[in-house]
Amino acid sequence: MKEKTTAKVLSQREIAPRIYDLWLETDLAVQAKPGQFIGVYPKNAATLLPRPISICEVNGERTALRIVYRVAGQGTAEFSALKENDSIDILGTLGNGFPLEAGRGKRCFLMGGGIGVPPILQLAKELEGDKSLIMGYRDGNLFLTEDFEKYGRVYVATEDGSRGTKGNVLDAIEENGLQADVIYACGPMPMLRALKEYARRHGIKAYISLEEHMACGVGACLGCVVKTKEVDHHSHVHNARICTDGPVFDAEEVDI
Amino acid sequence: MNTQVNIAGVSLKNPVMTGSGTFGSGMEYSEFVDLSRLGAVVTKGVANVPWPGNPTPRVAEVYGGMLNAIGLQNPGIDVFVQRDIPFLKQYNTKIIVNVCGKTVEDYLEVVEKLGEESAVAMLEINVSCPNVKEGAIAFGQKADALYNITEQIRKKARQPIIMKLSPNVTDITEMAIAAEAAGADALSLINTLTGMKIDIHRRCFALANKTGGMSGPAIKPVAVRMVYQAAHAVKIPVIGMGGIATAEDAIEFILAGATAVSVGAMNFVDPYTTIKVIEGIEEYMRAYHVENVTDLIGAVV
Repeated sequence: MKEKTTAKVLSQREIAPRIYDLWLETDLAVQAKPGQFIGVYPKNAATLLPRPISICEVNGERTALRIVYRVAGQGTAEFSALKENDSIDILGTLGNGFPLEAGRGKRCFLMGGGIGVPPILQLAKELEGDKSLIMGYRDGNLFLTEDFEKYGRVYVATEDGSRGTKGNVLDAIEENGLQADVIYACGPMPMLRALKEYARRHGIKAYISLEEHMACGVGACLGCVVKTKEVDHHSHVHNARICTDGPVFDAEEVDI
Repeated sequence: MNTQVNIAGVSLKNPVMTGSGTFGSGMEYSEFVDLSRLGAVVTKGVANVPWPGNPTPRVAEVYGGMLNAIGLQNPGIDVFVQRDIPFLKQYNTKIIVNVCGKTVEDYLEVVEKLGEESAVAMLEINVSCPNVKEGAIAFGQKADALYNITEQIRKKARQPIIMKLSPNVTDITEMAIAAEAAGADALSLINTLTGMKIDIHRRCFALANKTGGMSGPAIKPVAVRMVYQAAHAVKIPVIGMGGIATAEDAIEFILAGATAVSVGAMNFVDPYTTIKVIEGIEEYMRAYHVENVTDLIGAVV
């Protein structure tokens, strides 16, 4: 059940330049699934719309959600000033999440690129399979890699080569001779396009999490669509709603 | 206390409805709001055939509001009649279907099919969407074109028709008068104001469509002014909208001359806005000892 509710800030810290790690106490944690997201509302009435931010982690008691986000504009700049015991309005939980069954007992790549890394953490916690956790960063300012080490083998790629494989997540696969039956990924569009092509070439499934500018976050405004191979069930055209039909899609189904 | 209002013979339990395009056909928001509490649900625009809409990005935030250029993506009337009307019929609210088209014939085809649907209380005719190249706003920016399409739709429609007017005109009263003269049963305004946003870091337009329709609290004073002008230019009821976020905003529109109001973009900000507006109007009526909400309509002149 989706709900707009007020969450309490448990903690916040900057874990890499402009990357913030925020824990929120909220009832929405009970229903949160890996790959889902929440809308986070700025208090400034000039910035009205909820900011879609992926769920990074749920605590063991399922009383709190962790979001890890990059300061990209006014809304996220405001969030970065939140302190313990502050309150913040959130809308959630939104979106479909990663299909856990598809990878159960199989060799899986769990891949994140840049600010696409955070939603992979809860997936790494919940997915039962042989997990290669492959994270790509711009430079040596890594984040969340220590959290990932608890859940599988971690491989790192950096664009500047300062840590791990020099290059992107696909370079890390090649350098380490990794193989998989299923891919789960979130990251920038060029990375997702490359993974879609990689999956096609290897005849394996890839589940990719997309982003787009959103307004409502609940499927009403039709702002965040992606072209699809098949006719979508809502408008019967070829436009699925990323906020509700996604954000996770079978890579074969979307035209990216 | 009586919150009922009447528009073209259709009685609404309260004057609060939803702005077309901000509420789908109610399905998505039925998870947040009991649709039976609403005066009416105004659906997203429906055309004779499915429309894919515009490329993304389709939405952008601006100061105190947002721009959209969805381009009227919709499943077409046949799917709409099979799926959306039966859904809405489950609720004790009035169904108002927003109709869009590229040509007069497109509109008439939809209007005729909706004529078979007794559950549909009224039709709202979208002649004011700024985001599609053909049709829509082309009918809403010239008085003679508006007169012509209104007259043709009025002949075919089995339900009362509400002409939804664009604020992107020189003189709103000229358009209001033309629609009334051609037989419109009611007016609704304002649709969005055409706007633009440029990303100075990427040096590109924020929307793929370059321009988009602005909505949200920042446009409210413009909307109140236009509702006031239109309501005083015609005898038919006017439905007011544009940036309504609170009951106070809604009451402002009613005092300006609106018989009913719509909550639009604020649904995206707070999915419970419609209910809060309904409850706030009741509180206002209690506080000021207003017996009938209709006593407030156009009370400021």
